[in-house]
Amino acid sequence: MNPSTRPNSASDTLENNDIVIRTENVSIFYGAFQAVRNVFLDVPKNNVVALIGPSGCGKSTLLRCYNRLNDLIPGARVEGKIAYQGVDLYDPKIDPVEVRRRIGMVFQKANPFPKSIYENVAFGARINGFKGNMDELVERSLRGSALWDEVKDKLKESGLSLSGGQQQRLCIARTIAIEPEVILMDEPCSALDPISTLRVEDLMHELKKQFTIIIVTHNMQQASRVADMTAFFNAEATEGGSRFGYLVEYDKTYNIFNAPKQQATQDYVSGRFG
Amino acid sequence: MTSLTTAPAETLIDSSTKFQPERQINQIFRWLTIALAVCVGLVLLWITYSLLLIALPAIRTFGLGFLTNSTWNPVEEIYGVFPQIYGTILSSFLALLFAVPLGVGVAVFLTENFLPPKILTPIAFIMELLAAIPSVVYGLWGIFVFLPAIRPILQGINRAFGWIPFFSTTPGGRHLFGASLVLAIMILPTIVAISRDTMSSLPPQLRQGSYGLGATRWETITRVLVPAGLSGIIGSVMLALGRALGETMALAMLVGNANNANISWFSPASTIASLIANQFGEASGLQKSSLFYGALILMVLTLLVNILAQMVVSRFQQVE
Amino acid sequence: MAHSSSQSAPLDNQFAVSSGRKMFGNIMTALVFSCVAIAAIPLVSILFMVITKGLGGLTPAVFTDLPPAAGVAGGGFRNAITGTLITCLIGALISVPFGVLTAVYTIEFGRGNKLSQFVSFCTNILSGVPSIIAGLFAYGIVVLATGTFSAVAGGIALSVLMLPIIIRTSEEGFKSIPRDTRLAATGIGATNFQSVTQIILPAAMPFIATGVTLALARAAGETAPLLFTALFNQYDAKSIWEPTATLSVLIYNFAISPYKNQQALAWVAALIVVLLILVVSILARIVSRRKVY
Repeated sequence: MNPSTRPNSASDTLENNDIVIRTENVSIFYGAFQAVRNVFLDVPKNNVVALIGPSGCGKSTLLRCYNRLNDLIPGARVEGKIAYQGVDLYDPKIDPVEVRRRIGMVFQKANPFPKSIYENVAFGARINGFKGNMDELVERSLRGSALWDEVKDKLKESGLSLSGGQQQRLCIARTIAIEPEVILMDEPCSALDPISTLRVEDLMHELKKQFTIIIVTHNMQQASRVADMTAFFNAEATEGGSRFGYLVEYDKTYNIFNAPKQQATQDYVSGRFG
Repeated sequence: MTSLTTAPAETLIDSSTKFQPERQINQIFRWLTIALAVCVGLVLLWITYSLLLIALPAIRTFGLGFLTNSTWNPVEEIYGVFPQIYGTILSSFLALLFAVPLGVGVAVFLTENFLPPKILTPIAFIMELLAAIPSVVYGLWGIFVFLPAIRPILQGINRAFGWIPFFSTTPGGRHLFGASLVLAIMILPTIVAISRDTMSSLPPQLRQGSYGLGATRWETITRVLVPAGLSGIIGSVMLALGRALGETMALAMLVGNANNANISWFSPASTIASLIANQFGEASGLQKSSLFYGALILMVLTLLVNILAQMVVSRFQQVE
Repeated sequence: MAHSSSQSAPLDNQFAVSSGRKMFGNIMTALVFSCVAIAAIPLVSILFMVITKGLGGLTPAVFTDLPPAAGVAGGGFRNAITGTLITCLIGALISVPFGVLTAVYTIEFGRGNKLSQFVSFCTNILSGVPSIIAGLFAYGIVVLATGTFSAVAGGIALSVLMLPIIIRTSEEGFKSIPRDTRLAATGIGATNFQSVTQIILPAAMPFIATGVTLALARAAGETAPLLFTALFNQYDAKSIWEPTATLSVLIYNFAISPYKNQQALAWVAALIVVLLILVVSILARIVSRRKVY
């Protein structure tokens, strides 16, 4: 298929959902190398959107563009338009710090700060100028990430003393505490055991009532369990031998897994890929 | 088609463009760190410039002849630092002569598992402590312990090998040779530390490959490991040389501060740094300016050696 | 085939480690062990002499009295102890903020760029500047400008020597913090200033503390930079703008003095300086083990 043509817009089939992030013909470059080509993708409010596909397909790269974390990589460049609630995120007037306060991120590897559990959660709120009751916010955020009962008696202990699964939920609590609109999750469960993974997945169902979530995952079962919408990316080699990623198909998760329109998607979700 | 919410979107632009103290603070902080980083370079220039400024009268008066003139005469105001340049280079050279084989030997000992790590770690730590002892304490120890202790040995050498010009004078209380030996002890930790880092960072395949071909431990060390780590070892030697050239107190206390360039190692001598330490208190006018001229020469000398050392060491790190 | 089997007996011999190779190994091993022994002798001797000679003269008066005149028994060097502390403190006050913020730039803002590489190069060169040159520099910019030898001039000379140590150890500290932690702070909207001051600096603190103590240990023993800056003072300095006695300069002055009582005090001062430095170095080592990551 020609990657530059627009796949069926999933939003046609959605009911009265607001679009929070609109991705229009986005290409991402590292220097001269084009990592992601011509992506159109609309993210509806209060949905979980999963980005799936083989490694090297650019799904993590795209995710990091949504809160301008790619700015930190020298030579990274975005073409096209990513609109957050109608505003171009890459407008020169926009302060990337402000973007990240509205679009928070949870990383693949749990990365709590070397501070107490309490301070881990309070840090984000504090730097965002939170003036309210901090104790209350910390408790609410930890409850929101289903961690409160496990840590309420040891809030002063280091965040690094928690288990891997707890650390990841602490990172989610930290992100909830800045009260973003959108939470980006970059393979949040890939380093977790199955039970912790299940916990985080349950959490996502809760979180989407309040937030919009975009999740990158290697795990197709996970996408089918948690996502309302799923985007399948594929990688293709250029003549030069380098690989670029593009969006193959974006639809309701049920359709992607049960009635994909593209053969490549069918092959990937049924495991006949590569 | 769905509608786009617009109300919070404006706040993204608003909050990005409106005045926020933390954004200002961040910018100021960034510029502050840049300014200080640049200042590290400026300090080097500033040091050289401030030396040059005070040295200028002496440079104008004596020119390059300062380097070859052996007179240091405050009465007639004629100054030259040839004996000091000779003493500086000779003492550093002698110190390296003793410290390099010793240092490489210790580094090999510390990296090649001759003894279990439980014993090696404290030995490595002691080597580091050797570096922490102030040079004035080395000087004190040299005056009262070391020089008296080696004096009979040196006298013996003088009696037996006095026909060799290097040993031709009877060793007195202070002499270049003794000062150089103390200097060797002082630069030993530098050589050990960097050679050791070099040897222990060599890829293990080198070692395995050599043993795999049936080489003994010592064949591996002398034919494979030391050659492979040679540029690191050379770098350590250069850094040690830089330190030896500029070392002041131990030499000022031990070298004898005699304004002559004697071929014999057993006679008192003088180095640029020791000359400055000794003369500065009473110096004024052209004499002080001449001391700064000497300091400038020392600065240039050590800068060259250190820059070369950096280049050698960083090339090794790149290869690695 | 027959040929090779007939050769099998000599082959065994050929591949056995010959006695020559064995002897070479043994000689080299002996050489290396003697290297270590030779290197250890001076250290043991220095420590032994400093401790025995120093302990002999160690009296309470050392800490409470002023340096004695030539030939007069007793006396101490309380002014030199306070002087060393003050000059080192001034050196630290200048070099610590300077060095830590420089490291913030080279690692946090400009990691790997041209300016950081240049700064790292300059740091290495600066650490090779002879200490007496640092003294002449401070003489030129402070003593000549203010018209007096002073603790401030001494502190500035020491700060030049402390700066590269602090930059390097701070850089090590910042480098030890995983990229993930920085991303986490950035990912929830922290500015660089916020993530440096609230996350990275606290986490790198053990390294920075190590660097500061190592730099102080070096500064406490430095003599050459103080000879023409802090100079010396028989009495207590009344302000930081007066000539100030320090332990290291006292050791130098008294070591080359012909009077036995002053030589004895030089050993006591050496004991105090060496103890100070060893304790601080060992402390720094313990602190640096307590890493956050």
